[in-house]
Amino acid sequence: MRYLARRLLHSMLLLLAVSIFSFAILQLAPGDFFTPLSVNPQISAHTVATLRSQYGLDKPFPIRYEHWLRSVFRGDLGLSFASGTPVAPLLVFRARNTLLLTGTSLLLAWMLAIPFGIWSAARRGKWTDRAGGVVTSSFLTIPDLVLFLALLLLAVRTGWFPTGGMMSARFDDLGVGGKVQDVAAHLFLPVVGLVLATLPPLVRHIRSAMIEVLEAPFVLAARAHGISERRVLLRYALPVAANPLITLFGYSIAGMLSASLLVEVVLSWPGVGPLLVDAILAKDVYVVVAAVMLSSVFLVAGNLVADALLFATDPRIRTEQIN
Amino acid sequence: MQETLGHGMNPESPQSNSNQFEPLLRVSGLSKQYVQRRPFSRQKIVVSAFQDVSLEVFPGETLALVGESGAGKSSLARCIALLERPSTGKIELAGENLLALNRKQLFPIRREVQMIFQDPSSALNPRLTACEIIAEPLLIQGEGTKPQRRARALQLMEQVGLDSAQEHKTPLEFSGGQRQRLAIARALALSPRLLILDEALSNLDAANQTLILELLADLQAAHSLSFLHISHDLRLVSEFADDVAVMYQGRIVESKDTRKLFTSPEHSYTKELLASVRSVESILLERSA
Repeated sequence: MRYLARRLLHSMLLLLAVSIFSFAILQLAPGDFFTPLSVNPQISAHTVATLRSQYGLDKPFPIRYEHWLRSVFRGDLGLSFASGTPVAPLLVFRARNTLLLTGTSLLLAWMLAIPFGIWSAARRGKWTDRAGGVVTSSFLTIPDLVLFLALLLLAVRTGWFPTGGMMSARFDDLGVGGKVQDVAAHLFLPVVGLVLATLPPLVRHIRSAMIEVLEAPFVLAARAHGISERRVLLRYALPVAANPLITLFGYSIAGMLSASLLVEVVLSWPGVGPLLVDAILAKDVYVVVAAVMLSSVFLVAGNLVADALLFATDPRIRTEQIN
Repeated sequence: MQETLGHGMNPESPQSNSNQFEPLLRVSGLSKQYVQRRPFSRQKIVVSAFQDVSLEVFPGETLALVGESGAGKSSLARCIALLERPSTGKIELAGENLLALNRKQLFPIRREVQMIFQDPSSALNPRLTACEIIAEPLLIQGEGTKPQRRARALQLMEQVGLDSAQEHKTPLEFSGGQRQRLAIARALALSPRLLILDEALSNLDAANQTLILELLADLQAAHSLSFLHISHDLRLVSEFADDVAVMYQGRIVESKDTRKLFTSPEHSYTKELLASVRSVESILLERSA
């Protein structure tokens, strides 16, 4: 328990550091949200100055940071200049959409990668394994952008899947079942894109981790007892190979908010990605900081989940705590 | 046949205990080849691990297999333990030709031949507890109920000199010597008749080597176990082996009673090996004392 408590404290400190750092970096960027207004001859310098002081942009860095910190504890994460509303509800709405997309893809990718990785490790060197290797490396070499554009092209040409958005115009008229079906149809294309982008490295990792264990002498010893191939793979190789894979799983949770940025922009999924891109271009700082913070929260949470899983599954980690 | 161990039938042998025993293990004409693909080419080259190996191990006796690394000792051990299939030849265990059997028929026979590896840390599943590790072979062979398997595992722990109160510890929590004891207990779980020790002592310090050797000797006496002991350490071999087979470049070049091998080596490689051991005579003196 002390192990996890210590990890939690570390995480809080890390988040604080990230917030200061991202705040400071954004200070370094030239101009702010109101810079375009100041070059507009129809708006007086006085008006722009008033707007700046209204939003607190004229204050020095520590004070603005303090204000922002207070707003975090209030739960609104600062104000979006572009929409004039608190950032939190804006971000939560978008994050929900992103998580629906990435959560589904993550689950699907792992559910496919584990059996596929185990399968090719069990058949290492055989032609089926080599063919799998060719397929995964092909997908690794295709840039994600090309992949997503190809999917978009496919969808537009065939008209099989809706492109863009996450619901149809007639969404409100649908029943519960119809609504689920509608969202699922819109979800299909971006999910396929994300799964294709994340699956190959996962399969590679699982395969190589399994192969390493399958060559260990304790597996040979078990084979000398007449162990079945299934039991070797599931009871011997998989649990022992699990550690790096659990860490990898933690990373993929960590990337849940950021991994989908490109796919969201290309396939117009109303997630955090497009919001972040717009906010960066407009220098809507508090939206950017909030998005970065949320991403960091996921990173920290992903690592914590991985640590907790390792703690639960690996007796060696627990052992070290006693000593 | 010149390579076959004739120890049991050799009247001159001091340890011949005049046994009319059939050999427990008889390996004849065994060869193993691997096919290796040339880089950037479809051409394949055949790499021979060992050729035309014949040897016999008698019940309750120890045959040492010595030779430099790369001589094919470990490949041979893996073939005899039925972990790999030899290319040609015959492996007979108590008169039964093992290579004629299919996977299913082989399953009950696997219990007869068990192997102990060089590095005990990698030879034990790090995720299982001591008790689970020893009970695992019983589980795989579908023997007994869970409490019965545990009782047997605890009994084996005591037998190899481990405290059975440590049943819940994982391999990592044991020392090197203790881990090798754990591996021995696991190998004994199925009451095998032949133990293949593949450099099983070389990762241990001198004190532990002696202790484990004593344990093995006790177990051999108690259960009439046969050992095929693969080693590169001639000094150790002189202490425990009844017979020695010398392997050189994939072939057994000389094979005879240990004392005879040390006193009158024939093959030039054997002589070379012996010359590298200091004061062989003093060891032999010690042994006969």
